[in-house]
Amino acid sequence: MAAEGNAKPAKKLSLKENYALLTRGLGWEPSYEKKEDIFRYIHFEGVKIHDWDKWEDPFRLTMDAYWKYQGEKERKLYAIVDAFQQHNGQFNVTDARYVQALKVFINGITELEYDSHRGFNILAREFPGVGPRIAAQMQSLDELRHATTQIHTISQYAKYFTGMNEFPYQFDRVWYLSIPKSFFEDAVTSGPFEFIVAISFAFEYVLTNLAFMPWMSGAAFNGDMATVSFGFSAQSDEARHMTLGIEVIKFLLEQDPGNVPLVQKWIDKWFWRGYRLLSLLATMMDYMLPKRVMAWNEAWEIYYEQNGGALFADLARYGIKPPKRAPETIAEKGHVAHQMWSVFYANRDAVGFQMWLPSDEEMAWMSEKYPDTFDQYYRPRYEYWKAQEAAGTPFRNTTLPQLCQVCQWPCLFTESGDPTTLSLRESEYRGQTFHMCSDGCKDIFDDTPEKYVHAWLPVHQIYQGNCFLPGVDPTAPDFNPMVEALRYMGIKPGVDGGDFKGSADATNWEKWTSRPANIHEGAYTDAVRDTASPADVGARKAG
Amino acid sequence: MPIKAITPDYHGDFKDGVEKFHGNQIVNIHWEKHLMFAWPMCVPLPPAMPFGALIEAVLPGIFGKHPDFAKIDWNTVEWKTSKGAFTPDPAKSLADNGIGHKTTIRFRTPGLDGVDGNAVC
Repeated sequence: MAAEGNAKPAKKLSLKENYALLTRGLGWEPSYEKKEDIFRYIHFEGVKIHDWDKWEDPFRLTMDAYWKYQGEKERKLYAIVDAFQQHNGQFNVTDARYVQALKVFINGITELEYDSHRGFNILAREFPGVGPRIAAQMQSLDELRHATTQIHTISQYAKYFTGMNEFPYQFDRVWYLSIPKSFFEDAVTSGPFEFIVAISFAFEYVLTNLAFMPWMSGAAFNGDMATVSFGFSAQSDEARHMTLGIEVIKFLLEQDPGNVPLVQKWIDKWFWRGYRLLSLLATMMDYMLPKRVMAWNEAWEIYYEQNGGALFADLARYGIKPPKRAPETIAEKGHVAHQMWSVFYANRDAVGFQMWLPSDEEMAWMSEKYPDTFDQYYRPRYEYWKAQEAAGTPFRNTTLPQLCQVCQWPCLFTESGDPTTLSLRESEYRGQTFHMCSDGCKDIFDDTPEKYVHAWLPVHQIYQGNCFLPGVDPTAPDFNPMVEALRYMGIKPGVDGGDFKGSADATNWEKWTSRPANIHEGAYTDAVRDTASPADVGARKAG
Repeated sequence: MPIKAITPDYHGDFKDGVEKFHGNQIVNIHWEKHLMFAWPMCVPLPPAMPFGALIEAVLPGIFGKHPDFAKIDWNTVEWKTSKGAFTPDPAKSLADNGIGHKTTIRFRTPGLDGVDGNAVC
């Protein structure tokens, strides 16, 4: 505002001028430091960039506009979160089994948002081009926002349910959380170009629609207005991230033909790593949503086979081929959700969320959705386990798994085309043996064993004696390594994990809501008075 | 091709060398066609343990709950590692039977292929 009115107000800039000044105009040519001393990490990967100005800003957004938009989104989201809390929205979800999925989310996924924030911070520092630096800076802030909004939203559930109150501690210690942790730490410790291809393209562009479309629809369908609100708030950022992902690929491929094989190698690697990570969603979608929106195999067909197929057809003109191990993901789509749920159930005493066997209604749905696989390979196992539960001798596995050196999943997957044989791969490297779960992970290990030999594999760390709290004496006569390892991980047996039926979450749910903790099994306790789901009650009131 | 890294000749430490397991070595054991046990079981064992002790003292604790387990005729069991089939000598040690650190043993029990022979549980 001009003082006292006698100075002319500054000429209003055109949008174009404003944009140029607030993006490219923020850069400068160094005068007393050499460029290569400032940007130290952009050469070692072998990527060649001849002209950073050829970078097309994928979203015409300046920093001032960014703050304005994000602030608006935050105000809307937190108004919903406030309303959710005031109305005890945590009790409006379908049943208490749904809450178990939120435990997986807060313990295993939210930290990845924070890791992603760190990764994009590094890019915002390391890229010489102003356009990509600003894009990376914005994404870095987005990712921090996603982590905080998820924590704030899910904190309401943590006041009422178990297993969500120790998430930063557990992320660094719980055996199966090394799967997401190692994924992102692999990316963050790569060079800046590998990181951006890994996360912006292979993960964000090709794969994360699976998380933000079917999973968030599932949250909405099960009455979780809090999760769906942060999901949609994040989704508007994700659209920008995906645009960045495709721009990165085109920029790298157009800058130098020598970049093509490097980009292809990173696509092959990170598509596979991202797929292995996200297939956790397969079991969340098929087993943890009491009311399901679509099956994993249907989601994979839409979001990878169709959308991904069109994408890679488009990239063929650059000489880019579809990810090398894509056929394996298609071969596995009828199996992966069932294989994961089986091992979580069998090992439920060592996980931080509660487990149950699928109901008859759910198994009928799976038979319909997975006609080629479920009845033959998975139903017999569940029926045997149900009989064991009924006989009072429920099945439990008590021995730790052989882990994959790369993705850190237990080696639980089967051979493509042979669902009764485990897919076990090995490599010898400098006289030592390393195990992988698949050809996809073996490709990755064999390419850079120097990096993966020092993977922190929880099972081996437990056996080396590195996973006990201070003061524990492994030579004591009553020392039990499994019990001590669970204490170290912050998992309370019988509270955080174990059987859903009889758990604190199930019992409290029925006490607090008068509705069944498992809509498919009827009441566990006599606290249940209303057997209808909230949607049915709503429909009844309306109609 | 060596890894591309900021540090020349970068190499991570070997996190899981046998010297870190307090005298034990890691052995992974998988009972084929019994996928109720849906992963190779990882256990630390002394390399000097006789193979017979693995069968008598270790495997029951891992797989004993399965109805097939008590029916196993150990003379007919087919054993293999990634190096191929082998016939263990129960009196000899794991090491002398060729079972080294991080070896994965797969065994198959002919005629016993899971509950109802379905191979998946």
